[in-house]
Amino acid sequence: MTKDECKKVVLEIIADIAPDEDLSQVKAEVRLRDQLQLDSMDFLDIVMELRKRYGIEVPEADYPQLASLDSCGEYLTPKFNALPAKP
Amino acid sequence: MKSARIVITGVGLTAPNGNSLAEFRRNLLAGVSGVEWMEVRYMGQYPAGICHFDPLKYQKKKELRVGTRAGSISIYCAREALADSGIDFAAAAKDRIGIYVGTTEHGNVETENEIYAISKFGYDTKFWSHYHNPRTVANNPAGEVSLHLGITGPAYTIGAACAAGNLGLIHAAQMLRLGEVDQALCGGVSESIHTFGIFAGFKSQGALATHADPRRASRPFDKARNGIVVSEGGCLYTLERLEDAVARGARIYGEIGGYCVNSDASDYVLPNPTRQAECVRKAVAHAGLVPSDIHIINTHATATPQGDIQECEAIRAVFGAGCPDTLINNTKSFIGHCMGAAGALELAGNLPAFSDRLVHATINVEDLDPLCALPGLVLNQARGAAKVDTILNNSFGMLGINSTLIVKRYVA
Repeated sequence: MTKDECKKVVLEIIADIAPDEDLSQVKAEVRLRDQLQLDSMDFLDIVMELRKRYGIEVPEADYPQLASLDSCGEYLTPKFNALPAKP
Repeated sequence: MKSARIVITGVGLTAPNGNSLAEFRRNLLAGVSGVEWMEVRYMGQYPAGICHFDPLKYQKKKELRVGTRAGSISIYCAREALADSGIDFAAAAKDRIGIYVGTTEHGNVETENEIYAISKFGYDTKFWSHYHNPRTVANNPAGEVSLHLGITGPAYTIGAACAAGNLGLIHAAQMLRLGEVDQALCGGVSESIHTFGIFAGFKSQGALATHADPRRASRPFDKARNGIVVSEGGCLYTLERLEDAVARGARIYGEIGGYCVNSDASDYVLPNPTRQAECVRKAVAHAGLVPSDIHIINTHATATPQGDIQECEAIRAVFGAGCPDTLINNTKSFIGHCMGAAGALELAGNLPAFSDRLVHATINVEDLDPLCALPGLVLNQARGAAKVDTILNNSFGMLGINSTLIVKRYVA
């Protein structure tokens, strides 16, 4: 998985979590909370959906790594690539 | 203040057969049931009362994702009631508005959903939702209204089994009389159809209705009645002190006449006609009336074999003879049992009788149980009344809670 593909996955999750938001103009380098109506419970949703959909765990100490799409790409791409291959 | 006259100035509701008072009333007068088939998790198809209001009329998708069905029903009803009341909400002091929402139960739906969700993950609780606690706290439905509308006055639920809808109104009247608030949003809501547990519980009790035609499943007073149709719904009113309502030129639906809440102290589930009769008598006395002054009795009867007989026994004890102007009906025959919303919705369905003098029927009575054959029972067809100055609304619940609320036609 590339970083861009990873950001797309995160954006898909955000689309479900914040269904009223227009995500077409989201800037990858800007903090998500600064451009979208997301609160701390919504970030817990992102963590939960990564767990449910992909089996990816984000420890609490690493939550700041999910601040922007760019930081999500940096942090999560290696985790996606470390997942066991699907049979 | 403690003797202040309290009036109803707005109604917002969603029922299985109507999403506004006008639609609800029209269907009650026309004999239109709102009961339909519903797939109940683990159990299959059962008759149920499902509401079809548009939740996106007032809420955002995210609110719906995070909140509960009871919260959504409450918000819909609150917004409809406020709009109906003509209250200038933008100018109103938000810390002087109280929200009092009656509920039979809350949290079962959300807990069952979470257990079902983690069953897909081997019951690993790390998949348990972080929204579980705010969704299941008992004050959730009232709290969601407070959040949605920015109301900062007292907002809480009143747990009173199936008497809760009446208690929402009674409690609001008390708070207005105490001067605790200036306006109240009050009544009751239910999301109970979304928990299989309530269906399974009634089934285990032998008290869950069945019928080949769901529209005929809820049939209080019929000999062949076989139990409760579980329904969701909501009805919230705006209540105000009369002087405030008059000062702003409000339309007044009716005036709180009197009420009583008491307890059987005799059984977990079986009703107690002696205590029910006592509740009705005390409410009539509280209103400064005598039984013959009551023009409509809206019964609680849920179509259980024993419960209907016992309520009829209580009514007979109070209204036995000498009440020729008293007509009796039942709203559950149209919409099933809306649990925490029942009392509030059933009152709403009768309120327009103050102006049109029509009494909606009890439908689905093909073979009247002689033990339920009260004089004045309005069967299958709505009928006109010589006068409608008073409505007496019974709502009873498990653990032996009884409530009777009397609303009077407003006379300046």
